[in-house]
Amino acid sequence: MTYIGLGHFLVVSAGLFAIGVYGLLSKRNAISLLISVEIMFNSVSLALAAFARFGYNEVQPLAGQAFALFIIAIAAGEVAVAIAILLVIYRQRATVWVDEIDLMKW
Amino acid sequence: MSSGVLFAIAFYVVAGATLVSALAVVMLRNIVRSAVALIACFFMVAWLYLMLSADFLWVAQLLIYAGAIPVLIVFAIMFTRRSMSDTSAPDSNDRPWAALVGGGIFLLLVAVLVPASWKFGDWPGLAGTTAKLGNELVNHYALPFELISVLLVVALIGAVVLARHEGSDTT
Repeated sequence: MTYIGLGHFLVVSAGLFAIGVYGLLSKRNAISLLISVEIMFNSVSLALAAFARFGYNEVQPLAGQAFALFIIAIAAGEVAVAIAILLVIYRQRATVWVDEIDLMKW
Repeated sequence: MSSGVLFAIAFYVVAGATLVSALAVVMLRNIVRSAVALIACFFMVAWLYLMLSADFLWVAQLLIYAGAIPVLIVFAIMFTRRSMSDTSAPDSNDRPWAALVGGGIFLLLVAVLVPASWKFGDWPGLAGTTAKLGNELVNHYALPFELISVLLVVALIGAVVLARHEGSDTT
């Protein structure tokens, strides 16, 4: 246990977050954007779980894990709603490319 | 070999697999392959949770992230046929900028997080954290816990209402 510390997990988390940001900015498919957001959610949950493990305190033990659990629950709801919106958009405009979905573009 | 060395080896293998599969998700041009890589990525993150003694998160991650969410995403991919058959470029022309922003965020996070000196208490050496987490959920976090269930019901109903096919409602 002595070799791997908080920093290692945080670097993995930062890497996942950066990959998610890259995917979010570079993809045209709305489903790919959703996938990238999921990766970013995961990176944050991982950081929170790492803080819960290495930042243990008696006042609020496992606060990070509880927060990560809430993130997982919210992400599940978010995916369901986002995919429902995507299906409605696809039904009306027959596209999932985000640069063609310009209905609200000024 | 001591258990610390074994743990370090396991960590580097799992962390490497996590990052490689996450990179595959954003690099692969076929979105179905990208979704499969996503399952691998979430699966690997679950093992990182286990290494952090977060055993309940490990199971939740395997069930929800590696199980349920990819199913939803694959269904969405199959419902939107054009995303599977369209041969035009799946990436925008701004890829270099996206790489620059992503790399910049990574370097910034590493530069801030790694040299920081955290002052934390010692891990009490819990064998499993599930019981303690359950206690915390119904004591400290009772209100958010209940709100989450309301939110899930609202999201479920909202998704059904949105996705329901109703000829008269569509413009």
